[in-house]
Amino acid sequence: MNFETVIGLEVHVELKTKSKMFSPSPVDYGAEPNINTNIIDWAYPGVLPVPNRKAYSMGLMVATALHMKINRDSFFDRKNYVYPDNTKSYQITQNYFPLAHDGYIEVNVAGKTKKIGVEEIHVEEDAGKNTHEKNYSYVDLNRQGTPLIEIVSKPEMSSPEEAYQYLENLRKIVQFTGVSDVKMEEGSMRVDCNLSLRPYGADHLGTKAEIKNINSFNYAREALTFEQKRQAEALRRGEQIHLQTRRWDESTKSTILMRLKEGSSDYRFVPEPDIPPIHIDQNWIDEVKASMPESPKDRINRYTKDLSLSEYDANVLTQTKEMSDFFDQTVNLGADPKQTANYLMGDVSGYLNSEHLDLLDSKLTPENLADMIKMIKKGTISSKIAKKVLKATMESGVEVNSYVKENKLAQNSNAEELLPMVKELLDQNQKSVDDFKNGKDRAIKFLMGQIMKQTKGKANPQMVNQLILKEIKKR
Amino acid sequence: MDFNSLTDLHQALKNKEISAQEVVKQTFAEIKEKEPKIAAFISLNEESSLKYAGEIDEKGDFSNFLTGIPIAIKDNIITNGITTTAASKILENFVPIYDATVVKKLKNAGAIVTGKSNMDEFAMGSSTETSAFKITKNAWDQTKVPGGSSGGSAAAVASRQVLGSLGTDTGGSIRQPAAFNGVVGLKPTYGAVSRWGVIAFASSLDQVGPITTNVEDNAHLLNAIAGHDEKDATSAKESYFSDYLEDLNKGVKNLKIGIIKDYLTEGVMPEVAESVKNAATILEKAGAKIEEVSLPNIKYAVPTYYIIASSEASTNLQRYDGIRYGYRTPNYHNLEELYVNTRTEGFGEEVKRRIMLGTFSLSTGFYEAYFKKAAQIRTLITNDFKRVFANYDLLIGPTTPTPAFGIGSKNDDPLQMYANDILTIPVNLAGLPAMSLPNGFVDGLPIGLQIIGKRFDEKTIYRLAKFYEDETKFYQQKPEIAR
Repeated sequence: MNFETVIGLEVHVELKTKSKMFSPSPVDYGAEPNINTNIIDWAYPGVLPVPNRKAYSMGLMVATALHMKINRDSFFDRKNYVYPDNTKSYQITQNYFPLAHDGYIEVNVAGKTKKIGVEEIHVEEDAGKNTHEKNYSYVDLNRQGTPLIEIVSKPEMSSPEEAYQYLENLRKIVQFTGVSDVKMEEGSMRVDCNLSLRPYGADHLGTKAEIKNINSFNYAREALTFEQKRQAEALRRGEQIHLQTRRWDESTKSTILMRLKEGSSDYRFVPEPDIPPIHIDQNWIDEVKASMPESPKDRINRYTKDLSLSEYDANVLTQTKEMSDFFDQTVNLGADPKQTANYLMGDVSGYLNSEHLDLLDSKLTPENLADMIKMIKKGTISSKIAKKVLKATMESGVEVNSYVKENKLAQNSNAEELLPMVKELLDQNQKSVDDFKNGKDRAIKFLMGQIMKQTKGKANPQMVNQLILKEIKKR
Repeated sequence: MDFNSLTDLHQALKNKEISAQEVVKQTFAEIKEKEPKIAAFISLNEESSLKYAGEIDEKGDFSNFLTGIPIAIKDNIITNGITTTAASKILENFVPIYDATVVKKLKNAGAIVTGKSNMDEFAMGSSTETSAFKITKNAWDQTKVPGGSSGGSAAAVASRQVLGSLGTDTGGSIRQPAAFNGVVGLKPTYGAVSRWGVIAFASSLDQVGPITTNVEDNAHLLNAIAGHDEKDATSAKESYFSDYLEDLNKGVKNLKIGIIKDYLTEGVMPEVAESVKNAATILEKAGAKIEEVSLPNIKYAVPTYYIIASSEASTNLQRYDGIRYGYRTPNYHNLEELYVNTRTEGFGEEVKRRIMLGTFSLSTGFYEAYFKKAAQIRTLITNDFKRVFANYDLLIGPTTPTPAFGIGSKNDDPLQMYANDILTIPVNLAGLPAMSLPNGFVDGLPIGLQIIGKRFDEKTIYRLAKFYEDETKFYQQKPEIAR
């Protein structure tokens, strides 16, 4: 029997706010344990949560970018569970009336575009962190209260590849709003995958397994592929799938059972009485829309229409916000767009890949890249020299203009200096002049080579070429 | 004490007839004499009160109404450096490191926090008998309960150990003990007073309010504690507040007052109902327009309240887990035992009962039938009030169905205890302000007139109360212990 795969994804995204979701403590949990906490984070008696409006605006940005319907009145709820890293013994989240609902993300698999529904986005707070050692467990509350949004997809993906694309695109869309770093490896984006199988054509969803501990999009794809196969084999053997939580184990490349969910756990959701409903008026929505950074789609449009880049180039440049921002800044400094695109996609990307660097972690600045491109255009340096200059500024961040000057890399484009050299050369090489006139084009290469030799490669080849042609004609 | 009101005391301090230190000394002398009989306080703050009074005397500026005036604070209100227990073993030795906004405001106004008053554990109760530490006695008859949960705050004022105190009111916890002790207690509009630093019982219902011997004092004390607080997301915007003394002496002429007929029937003692009718007659004579009104849905108020309040309490009280502060059981081998034994040993019976009730009401499969249904009825009750308030300025009724009952008399029957709150609960569900004002005596025990106002219209409550108090002078009668 063949089965249809049904995948739903729950993605947590950490919002880049200065302070926590419900307390004024700074968000910085790399610090010494429990430093960035206050009485609210400790759930001290008598304290109250006050929602972070900025975080809510960030959630609204993502909701807008995902084409979602905004709930004009959303509420917070308490999700009750007892654990030492959860100080209040409830998490403040949104269960009954979340921030937004019913949006979509487009995926493109095997040439076909498909809209995957986004069920809802809710705003919530992160828990602290427990670490266990031999005889003691330690609680660090620095992370407690960090603002999160959870983006819940509809169960509308039908292959691990679609899930992979959904995640890639979601990451990209969120990244372009600027509200999060969305880095899986740093935990600012976290993914739980749900997968179930059903016979083709069945109305009802099969029983799902939830897969946790997924640290990259590739793992997500691998885990879902494994799980798809595991469930299909089990079903073919006539076994029943039980509601369960599994975790991806990278070393064995398999999903491992963590626990069976005997009836769903009871979180006793209750409206959070300490926080009045969040009313979102048109002003707030307008304010958010006005502050929304340009989306990748809009950028691609601008690149192809206003800057005459190819569709391909525009797409590559908008893969990450970092790259696209860098491109825009360089072009805004006066660099030629096509040249900028070529350097970023070619030499720069090549260098970053070989050094395993992110663009922002490299020493290259838009100013230096723009200066270099402008020098090429002006003829100050050749494209050959430019490669050397680029390498130097990427490695050391050296200022391009002074680097060219100090290392005497500028081309000689001074006709008054070059013309006497050309005349002298032609006088001494009548044979080559004759050859050229007789149609031997190669002769000019020889002549040019001589000038380049004399100038140690600094002469502007185009200019030398022009001078030689002009001078030969006269003879 | 030589003074009968905060106003008198303030005048004396201002005129330098007495120093703040003398006031504090006198206060603690009173407390030492009366506490053995009343047991209103869980902890006292004598040393630092005296020290602070000394500083106040040195400055010598008594222009502010509360400067140098001793105030008792209910023990579920957080006081920096002073043990705050909520009358629970689970917080027995808990010394907080911050002040509740109301305490901060009182201190800024120059008031002196003399002690923390006894209460029902976590404010769950109507008699102050669920306190883990002591049983407070009624100021008028020490075989009777002082009411609850702010029993200590009301008895302390009625016995004139202090002349003003703060209580909290979740379902009547200021008004009912005020009625039982013959003092003035006001539950402000939900959102009028900050809840920052108030140990939560039921967050959507809790509100701090003043207890005093007379109406004017009460308005002064509310002036000091009310106002917007950015630390409390449910606190009202600044524009909702003005001077509560403003309309105090305007009389009752042309006030439209509804007398709640549903409050005069079942379970209400005929003498109590009669006292409300007498009040209506007095007000009518003075030019108020009185009509009977009905609030049909308040018959569901008690079960509605106990579901909502207990549900919220069940989540609010989950933080007392023995990990970060408060009582921790010595009997555990693992995390589960630490949690279970801490809470089993730390909480009293009534608190456990309500946690169970609330947990049940929120559980999957019961939420719709209990919590959600209760929330819907809450809206109906709120709408009942809205409808009536479209035509009336104030509503009146009794505060309690009976005067104070005997200590121990209702302990075996929680439902009977809960029913005692039937007349005070609807106001909390609707978030309205309401006062209990002394309204005479039944069998030698004081009873209260409840005055209910529109949201943020405490001023009109004070207006009626001041007129009625001047007219009846019930406040001049003091219990034996205060004479």
